[in-house]
Amino acid sequence: MTNGYVNRDRRWHPPSITPDYKTSVARGPRHAPLSFPTTLVEETGPVFGHDMLGERDNDLILNFASGDGMAIGPRIIVHGQVRDEFGRGVPGALIEVWQANAGGRYRHKKESYLAPLDPNFGGCGRCISDEQGFYEFRTIMPGPYPWPNTMNDWRPAHIHFSIFGHGFAQRLITQMYFEGDPLIWHCPIVDTIPTREGIESLVAALDMARTVPMDARAYKFDITLRGRRQTMFENRMEGL
Amino acid sequence: MVQPLSYLKESPSQTAGPYVHIGCTPNFAEIEGVYPQDLGHEMITGNVQGQRIRITGRVIDGTGTPLRDALVEIWQPDAAGLFNSPAETRGTADPNFTGWGRCASDMTTGEFAFDTVKPGAVPFVDGRMQAPHVTLWIVARGINLGLHTRMYFPDEADANAADPILSRIEHQARVKTLIGADKGDGHYHFDIRLQGHNETVFFDI
Repeated sequence: MTNGYVNRDRRWHPPSITPDYKTSVARGPRHAPLSFPTTLVEETGPVFGHDMLGERDNDLILNFASGDGMAIGPRIIVHGQVRDEFGRGVPGALIEVWQANAGGRYRHKKESYLAPLDPNFGGCGRCISDEQGFYEFRTIMPGPYPWPNTMNDWRPAHIHFSIFGHGFAQRLITQMYFEGDPLIWHCPIVDTIPTREGIESLVAALDMARTVPMDARAYKFDITLRGRRQTMFENRMEGL
Repeated sequence: MVQPLSYLKESPSQTAGPYVHIGCTPNFAEIEGVYPQDLGHEMITGNVQGQRIRITGRVIDGTGTPLRDALVEIWQPDAAGLFNSPAETRGTADPNFTGWGRCASDMTTGEFAFDTVKPGAVPFVDGRMQAPHVTLWIVARGINLGLHTRMYFPDEADANAADPILSRIEHQARVKTLIGADKGDGHYHFDIRLQGHNETVFFDI
């Protein structure tokens, strides 16, 4: 059985250098990357057990709050499925998220936006996908915020996602955006993604079916990781 | 007409941004009390087999400035060449070694550090052995897609010369960008250059 991962479609991802996102100009590699088939090194990866999770790890409204406090902001559930390119659910995927508070302020020493911190909001959460790859967490809607790039750039509301699948080759960091946010179409970071179809694949839909009545709206965000070839037929390229 | 393949596209990458620590190393970011400790801060969890080593390094941009907001992860087999992973079918890895580490660059010096063991060799897809190495994955503000690279060992010249990946690099002058510097006493230093004359070889795997 050969289990290599399908190659990454690098024309679908943002290129290394994207001048409108200025920071990439001095940080994006300029040489072409070296391509080779995945080996055992990339087909293995660390595993994270559910026993590592605390009760409130996936509840950003409560996991940093003190006493009876709660994070301020519109309450939302974010849920979806982690699957691979072949549509197979990815169980046991570790999903780590981070985000700004409802005013668009991050809890970070290098953050200088004038919007205030929320004493009850840390901004991090994590969960592990279930047997079918489904995951869920609760948080508040993050605010949009200005950032230094041109004189007037604003990030659309977003949640950062870091995902571990089963192989280190699947390692991915991305961002989730919210349906209907007009700032999506003004953002130089969003715009590093070459196609509109690619951008739209990161926009979570308002999901009334999973909304908790009188409590929290829901957004559905499915995540696709690289697919793993599974065939009984050996297929090794000559000379590799 | 033919049947549609109906495969899905991988979710496009977006930069980790300047605040990656909040999600990945919150205790380092001084967000305390949410998780007991940052994931990946410890790779050795007990009486580990093999030679203990320390790997330090920096991620350096095209102007020569070390990044102070990068996040680096490493993944490697144990001293016997076995991975602590469910996908490892050749044997059982050292239970006192996770194989995975995560470290934020120091906010002042830009240095990252991992206390680990010297990895054993792992076969390539055709059965030839790969030289001992650690895999690194780098994300940061301004990096649009996480960067994969490898650090090989300077004291493994013969194995490096026979390594199926190192020998595939067209511009052999660039191989040296993948070899750590021996600082003595099991300390290896590995600077990752994002651009410039000595740009590190990054992998599309």
